[in-house]
Amino acid sequence: MSTRERILADVLKNQPSASPLPDMSAFKGKNQDVVATYCEVFTGIGGKAFRVKSFAEIKHLIAEQFDTAQRIITSLAELSDSFETLSTDVDPHTFDDVDVAVIEAELAVAENGAVWLPEQRMGQRIVPYICQHLAVVIPTERIVPTLHEAYAKIGEGDYGFAAFIGGPSKTADIEQALVLGAHGPISMTVFVLE
Amino acid sequence: MEKVEKDHAALAEEFIKDEERVDWHDGALWWIRQKRDMAAKNIPEWEALREAASQIKNNVLSNLHDYLLEFEANVTKNGIKVHWAADAEEHNAIVYSILKEKGIEQMVKSKSMLTEECHLNEYLIERGIDVINSDLGEYIQQLDNEPPSHIVLPCIHKRKEEIGEIFHEHLGTEKGVSDPTTLTRFARRHLRNVFVTRRAALTGVNFAVAATGEYVVCTNEGNADMGAHLSEVQIASMGIEKIIPQKKHLGIFLRLLARSATGQPITIYSSHFKKPREGQEMHLILVDMGRSRQLGRPDFRDSLKCIRCGSCMNTCPVYRKSGGLSYHNTVAGPIGAILAPNLDMRKHADLPFASTLCGSCSNVCPVKINIHEQLYKWRQVIVQEGYAANTKVLGIKAMAWTLSSPTSYSTIGKAGRWVLNNIPFAVNNKFNPWYRQRDMPDSPKESFGEWYAKNEKK
Repeated sequence: MSTRERILADVLKNQPSASPLPDMSAFKGKNQDVVATYCEVFTGIGGKAFRVKSFAEIKHLIAEQFDTAQRIITSLAELSDSFETLSTDVDPHTFDDVDVAVIEAELAVAENGAVWLPEQRMGQRIVPYICQHLAVVIPTERIVPTLHEAYAKIGEGDYGFAAFIGGPSKTADIEQALVLGAHGPISMTVFVLE
Repeated sequence: MEKVEKDHAALAEEFIKDEERVDWHDGALWWIRQKRDMAAKNIPEWEALREAASQIKNNVLSNLHDYLLEFEANVTKNGIKVHWAADAEEHNAIVYSILKEKGIEQMVKSKSMLTEECHLNEYLIERGIDVINSDLGEYIQQLDNEPPSHIVLPCIHKRKEEIGEIFHEHLGTEKGVSDPTTLTRFARRHLRNVFVTRRAALTGVNFAVAATGEYVVCTNEGNADMGAHLSEVQIASMGIEKIIPQKKHLGIFLRLLARSATGQPITIYSSHFKKPREGQEMHLILVDMGRSRQLGRPDFRDSLKCIRCGSCMNTCPVYRKSGGLSYHNTVAGPIGAILAPNLDMRKHADLPFASTLCGSCSNVCPVKINIHEQLYKWRQVIVQEGYAANTKVLGIKAMAWTLSSPTSYSTIGKAGRWVLNNIPFAVNNKFNPWYRQRDMPDSPKESFGEWYAKNEKK
């Protein structure tokens, strides 16, 4: 008997009698004020949120917030005239010197401040992790109240990799002192586009 | 398995020698417990979420066989290679064979309690593979040659000055530097170099979705992703109990996990791995390691519902004051004390007794495991199986004899009061284990029985 067969046989022999799945239909948030709630929660977890009306405003804010002499990459067509378009077919190690990455999120969750990024929007999987500063654009109509609405929208999801990212990389491993920028981005900025 | 030199009480005794450290450790963990409370109070349906999570896990345990088959089929369809391991030896051999086949001698690892249980690092190092733990807390513990003392906060028992000293010794930081930001930045630079040079990365698994064949890894530091997305070979090790049926169930668990662990609304990175990157190889190892056996113990199977948030440790008055390392087991605290005797009852016979049975652990558990009741049940099993310490067995026998006979109860009570009042040094001495860390009470002049007998006549 192979290990696989033995484990499966032991599990089958030892598992208890059937127990039903719970009804989850009652779990949903309130739709009002999702934008204000999102900005408040995201700021609370150490991020920066800007409510903007246009990509021109986003460009202006990036120039104001970051050092444009450093390498700034983006997967957004609307920003390609100002910043380097990130290549989807180079070795991921080549992003080691990226200072700012600007990408668009598919969804954002008001209750926890996280954005949902499938790999198609990241350009490459490593991008939102390896950059020193992460900037994300989220149109207001894509902000949902809780994770339940988010997963309902994601459905099966056509991705090989995807992530909820809720703020800059952080650690509190040394005496519970909060430090932003453990391995990933030191800061995370979200542009909430109306 | 290595021989345990000291039990929980003896190891805790070493920890509590430094009273100031105990107070600080106690306070640090209680603060995290309070942050958990604040986060939970912000969710009106918190209790309903806990109940739903518990029911989903009940469903998982009752259908685990079929979910494992469904998961395996979908993972394979997604282009990930599946392996099965019955125990630590088999798991470690699989990891080694994957690396050997590729001629890889260096690996970076993100946090995984399972690989700690398997002593993977030691196994690989013996075979010439260099392994670096990339979670900052685990990295510090690895430099100091100590296991993690907490599943979420691996070096919570260390002061920043001690960590500064470890960095000075191993990484060449300036002596006396202990500022957390400075030390973290230094580790960041050092570990970035590790991430960009390692060809293989191993991660743990928080949740595995049967219906889609993807798995979710949660970190706050982003270290699992830094390793995985730069590697050419990615390995994930998971216990077979990590399965959940569908992706929508993640909505429940991700709302509960970080809030219960640290009071955060969500872990910073909740990464959903489904298919290998172009040109990358992905392996997933399904590990039993006692889980199927625990599934067959009705009194203890609920412990398999654990999502490793650590909230039971943060709230436990014994854990907070004795330190995680005193549990001499990978998973410390209340939940660890239920899981450990399943792996080796003799070696871990002391752990279910390292509890006040106050029930605080069960009250905070996001999946409603009846932790303190299981600890109480383990005590009974351990005594029946003959694994309890002799002092405990003798004490229990003496207690049983005393309580079963009204005459002996009254006689011994009288003798006890006389001793405490007339020759207190007969009990207030270091030979009495109960007297350590406690003051003996002033005893009453008479027992309730004597008082009642006297007053009834009036």
